[in-house]
Amino acid sequence: MSESLIQPIIQRAHTQPDHLTLVFIEENGDREDINAAQFHAKAVAFARALQAIDIGADDLVVLVLRHSQVLLSAFWGAMYLGAIPSIFPFLTEKLDPDLYMERVRLLVAHSDMRAVITFPEFKPKLEKLLAGLDCRVLSTDEVPMGEVTGDVDPAWSAAEISGEKIAFLQHSSGTTGLQKGVALSHRAVLNQVESYGDAIQLDGDDVVVSWLPLYHDMGLIAGFVMPIVAGVPVVMMSPFHWVRDPKILFQAIDQYRGTLCWLPNFAYNHCVRAVRLRDLEGVDLSHWRAAINCSEPVRLDSHQRFLERFAPYGFRETALTTCYAMAENTLAVTQSTIGEQAPVDWVDRTALQEERRAIPAQGDAPGALPVVSCGYPVSGCEVAIVDEEGHRLADRQVGEIILRSNCMLTEYYARPTITAEAIRDGWYYSGDMGYIADGQVYVSGRKNDLIIVSGKNIYPQDLEAIANTQPGVHPGRAVAFGVSDERLGTEGTVMVCEMENAYQPEEKLAIERELRRRVVQQMDVALADVRLVERKWLIKTSSGKIGRPDNRRKYLQEFR
Amino acid sequence: MDPNEVRNSLRAFVLKELLNNPSYPIEDDEPLITSGLVDSLSLALIGVFAEESFGVYIPDTDLTAENLDTLNQMVDRIVSDGNRET
Repeated sequence: MSESLIQPIIQRAHTQPDHLTLVFIEENGDREDINAAQFHAKAVAFARALQAIDIGADDLVVLVLRHSQVLLSAFWGAMYLGAIPSIFPFLTEKLDPDLYMERVRLLVAHSDMRAVITFPEFKPKLEKLLAGLDCRVLSTDEVPMGEVTGDVDPAWSAAEISGEKIAFLQHSSGTTGLQKGVALSHRAVLNQVESYGDAIQLDGDDVVVSWLPLYHDMGLIAGFVMPIVAGVPVVMMSPFHWVRDPKILFQAIDQYRGTLCWLPNFAYNHCVRAVRLRDLEGVDLSHWRAAINCSEPVRLDSHQRFLERFAPYGFRETALTTCYAMAENTLAVTQSTIGEQAPVDWVDRTALQEERRAIPAQGDAPGALPVVSCGYPVSGCEVAIVDEEGHRLADRQVGEIILRSNCMLTEYYARPTITAEAIRDGWYYSGDMGYIADGQVYVSGRKNDLIIVSGKNIYPQDLEAIANTQPGVHPGRAVAFGVSDERLGTEGTVMVCEMENAYQPEEKLAIERELRRRVVQQMDVALADVRLVERKWLIKTSSGKIGRPDNRRKYLQEFR
Repeated sequence: MDPNEVRNSLRAFVLKELLNNPSYPIEDDEPLITSGLVDSLSLALIGVFAEESFGVYIPDTDLTAENLDTLNQMVDRIVSDGNRET
């Protein structure tokens, strides 16, 4: 087995230079096929350019690039040097550009980043912002890609990299997420590629199709790193392109005979709602052997609607599989059995929510709740369920999901305190709630108040911090939480804020609009609902804190 | 194509399908996407709605917040394309 992630790439470039590595579909529909030799050569170009500005082993490099081929090359180029890349979500048309740049500066300062790779139009501004920090800005036009011929340069030998070395960092979004860079070693990622590859029966006939963003674990690992390392072709498109026009995914699966595709739950609903039937004429989805639902709670209803819509085009029921994953375990913790529709456990809703027990119920019984299985732990990964004190719980008892594996994070980069809180005695405490039955893992909720919207993690404290500086909102009297949205197949983000004074309706509307605008500009989150309430509406805990679960319950009672 | 009819129909669609608050007073020139009122997934749904209700096909490259942020922008686009086709 390889010691590092770069060996398989370099080796393939030499032994199978023409091997189809990647198909990149541009937003204008142009497609480019990239073979192993070309992929390698482009990565080398970035490695050389970084070397030329004195970046070397163990230096952190942040990639401020939109979903593009240069992003892929820059990521691998940094790893070629033994440097540690991290992909930063790119600016969208909704984010405030100044606040966005400030976020980049914070990340650079917090994590001691040594270089930023970005587009030429961003370079002057970033250089100015980063003045005084020991961080270089490399613009993509300074990387001589024009000289990339596709010939493998025999003189290039990658840095000697041990398995324990950090390969890259993954950050989740928001100010809170930026402070937690999940550091993964080469060995951990290689172990994941091997064990998850076994679980999904990955082989040379597979073709991965992905529209997922690369700053997120599912897109980065399942839609990029794993196929590249395993030598399985990946067809890639931009997440922005897919959101506008989801049919491109089905057309790519048809055209390239795609076999594997990972989707967060909301994507099943979006495809059903936004793909026109006439766009599917002649499309053949029968090669698609696994549509893997991953990264937010799986909903039976979403699977059923997806199957109903796409079965006439050859989509197979047995392709509906699931995966429980997190960046802290590289990606997959569990995977449901390939070749079978993910099983459903019907349980009594009240017992699950109030007694924390998953008591089997008949599917048609009143109060029965379907929980879709996330399958079995992948090899090398052990899962247990514990109570508040850390004691193991029996089958069908709900508690926190903890795990240990050979593909876990090394640490939250340079954050020993939060690392020690999350990893105890070798076990990672996920913060997810769930249960085990017959060896299969079922996820039922969250221990903390994290909101997951369309697969994206949102920390409520980031939203509440914005509300706390909103004129008209009483500082410290705002709460954010997630509420299930059946139609979207994900959670909606709700905020309830106490007002400073009694306002007229038009004044309240102005405050709501201002708060929404600030939230979308800073977080790229559209709030599903904003409620401005009288003073003393919010419930406080005995210690005087505003508890999110209590206020969520009150909101559901009063407003839904 | 009557712009007022298109506007009323679009407003009803946005309130019912994209917003959780049916009584929200959307103004004709109020940004919907860049203001954080509805999310980006909505653009694809607006595209499908324009085609199903008015027979106007908006290519995906035009389904951006820049082009279709307000009711006025949506109405203008649908009416001008609709009149061109008929």
